[in-house]
Amino acid sequence: MSDIAIELRGIDKSFGLVHANKNINLTVRKGTIHGIIGENGAGKSTLMSILYGFYQADKGDIVIDGKTVTIKDPNAAIASGIGMVHQHFMLVENFTVLENVMLGAEESQILNTSISKARVELKRLEKEYALEVNPDALIEQLPVGLQQRVEILKALYRRADILILDEPTGVLTPPEADHLFRILGQLKDQGKTIIFITHKLREIMAITDEVSVMRRGEMVATRKTKETSVEELAELMVGRRVLLRVEKGAANLGEVKLSVENLTVRDGRGVTMVDNVSFNLRAGEIVGIAGVAGNGQSELLEAISGIRRAVGGKVLLNGKPIDVTGHVDPRELRDRGLGHVPEDRHHVGLVLKFEEAENGILGYHHEKRFLNGVFLNTKAIQADAEEKIKKYDIRPPNPRLKTANFSGGNQQKIVLAREMERGPDVLIIGQPTRGVDVGAIEFIHKRIIEMRDQGMAVLLVSVELDEIRALSDRIIVMFAGRVVGERDPDATEGELGLLMAGVEGRKEAAE
Amino acid sequence: MDLFHTIIAILESTIRVSVPLIFAALAGLFTERAGVFDIGLEGKMLGAAFAAGAVAAVTGNVMMGLLAAVLISVLLSLVHGYASITQRGSQIVSGVAINFIVAGSTVILGEAWFRQGGRTPALSGDARFQTVTLPFADAVRDVPFLGPIYSELLSGHFILTYVAFALVPFSWWILYRTRFGLRLRAVGENPSAVDTAGISVIWLRYRAVICCGILCGFAGAYLSLAMSAGFVKGMTAGKGYIALAALIFAKWRPVNIMLACLLFGFLDAFAIRLQGNPLPLIGQVPVQLMQALPYILTVILLAGFIGKAIPPKAGGVPYVKER
Repeated sequence: MSDIAIELRGIDKSFGLVHANKNINLTVRKGTIHGIIGENGAGKSTLMSILYGFYQADKGDIVIDGKTVTIKDPNAAIASGIGMVHQHFMLVENFTVLENVMLGAEESQILNTSISKARVELKRLEKEYALEVNPDALIEQLPVGLQQRVEILKALYRRADILILDEPTGVLTPPEADHLFRILGQLKDQGKTIIFITHKLREIMAITDEVSVMRRGEMVATRKTKETSVEELAELMVGRRVLLRVEKGAANLGEVKLSVENLTVRDGRGVTMVDNVSFNLRAGEIVGIAGVAGNGQSELLEAISGIRRAVGGKVLLNGKPIDVTGHVDPRELRDRGLGHVPEDRHHVGLVLKFEEAENGILGYHHEKRFLNGVFLNTKAIQADAEEKIKKYDIRPPNPRLKTANFSGGNQQKIVLAREMERGPDVLIIGQPTRGVDVGAIEFIHKRIIEMRDQGMAVLLVSVELDEIRALSDRIIVMFAGRVVGERDPDATEGELGLLMAGVEGRKEAAE
Repeated sequence: MDLFHTIIAILESTIRVSVPLIFAALAGLFTERAGVFDIGLEGKMLGAAFAAGAVAAVTGNVMMGLLAAVLISVLLSLVHGYASITQRGSQIVSGVAINFIVAGSTVILGEAWFRQGGRTPALSGDARFQTVTLPFADAVRDVPFLGPIYSELLSGHFILTYVAFALVPFSWWILYRTRFGLRLRAVGENPSAVDTAGISVIWLRYRAVICCGILCGFAGAYLSLAMSAGFVKGMTAGKGYIALAALIFAKWRPVNIMLACLLFGFLDAFAIRLQGNPLPLIGQVPVQLMQALPYILTVILLAGFIGKAIPPKAGGVPYVKER
């Protein structure tokens, strides 16, 4: 037996004019975690889809356990011992865990016998790999982390020896991601081979044994993880040197632009999500709000930007009150100098079916410069889009392209360009680099600093602590809806981490 | 006639008019649960009714009529399947097209073949379904209360009527207790999950569409071979749409479907009964109002009383493998 689990030789695949995979060679050793890293659109997902039988390669061979195999559909992939955990879970939400696990691998035509057999097997798997999950729970009632566990169980149930995980942490909270890494380590110890696809450098360093880097459809390098560094991988991915840490000078503080006093917000179920929060935001500074996702940051942003009604408190924008507990019109807020880059660009920030140029004016479309009487001034809109595309390096540079066809990073740049170019006094930004690749992150961070240096007041919310620390002039930590502390950006990660976990904060609040 | 017998009579005709609704709604259940919306139930039923009437008239054999109905209806289903599954077209457009084509062509073909103004010749004897008398129906007729319920309400229906009601638990069993049913429901919720599990989405949806065709065939045959003695143009008269309403109303569940169809059937039977007779206290009610009641009821009940009817998540969306 060789110690090579899977080998790809000269895999080539084109979709029309797009050459997604160019002559890819890859060797994955048995019982290892092999990372595949690359920016969005580098061809990682296409390669894995070929491995899982979703597409057929135009050229090239797949060798598993020393035998050349043809994988013409997912069935063949499963038969070859390949299991895949997809980025978007392939689960039927209103089915139980058990039904999802056995779907497609049922023992017999009659469900009852299949279910009882699957139940026994699932129990065994749960025990063997310490992957507990209630087999009778409905998927839609499970948190995302557990749903992912069901996906892993599905693959194991089909006796997969090679597990492919496609961007598995994109939907997970940091603790859930840590848990996943422990599970993967365990699977590796039990002899499974794991292919781990991501665009996050930190994850590669944390759990892989070897890493292969893809760029623009090519496999550009393979390294032992121990022998490489974040800087080297980033350079390989992007094809040039990348500044992972933004440089910024001292803040030049101006007057208070946004003032929040005792703001309290409840969600639809009546649970208090933002509890008596107060802070000031001055011109020329970036205030970062740190916290584990779900501790009220989203609701805080929504209340300030007029999307969600608050139950108590005051907010002053440029010294004038916003009626946050009554009727707020987001359009009026925009006119008064508030820019908003929402956390969820797909649902709140953009209309994905619109063209780039249309999204570029969304929310400002009523302004005279985009209008010809009652009609849209398409020429002006086009010109505006072209200017922003140039300034923000949005790719592909085509204002007529549907927004859904841009990568995550470029979609984010469309939103940022729209909100920043208007020149608001206060800019609130939620998760500026979620789902954005390394090259674009660098650009976005630079832009945010530039805006600050021009005297804009920036409120930044992010679940990426590194990002908060790199950009902020002051850091406010939220836990369970409350502000549990304020720190300088040179506070250590450990100190902030304790605050975010609510450990330190309780003491401080009590004092 | 006393009140008791009036009620028995109304309920008896409720069952009679509910049968095609049950067949058609169950037909819709199979495709829609698999994610293929089917507004063409009406057309398939009408096509099947015509085929049944024509073939039964020519061969003089009711079973040949039924067979022809099923064949034509399955064929139309496959057209819908080809357009909406293979070619990934709009399921609504395809369904509406089938409705129009059938509505026109049945009249043209009927006139060309039989020259009776779009009708098929009147059927009798072996060319038509006969009613079945359940055992002891006559013996217990005079038993008070239960007698008439058994001998008049339950006995004396067509064989297809009993088939329709038997299909309700059978459909439930298929959908919730077999592998086919599990996969069918899965493909209507998340076809990607089915595809990645190594099951063909296309073949699965085609099978669902064929099930729909068979059941619509039964519905059509019932109309022209049992309820009436031959095909009359436009004889489905919107039953396909009422069946769709019943399907939504029933939240895509078999037993609820039967109850919804019986309710709509009851309104229909009541309206027929009421024609020309003023309602006590209210007076004359326009017959159109009664005919519109199923639709009005669906809207009102869906708007507030039975909660949200959540359709299968992937319903109406052609499956495209994403990159």
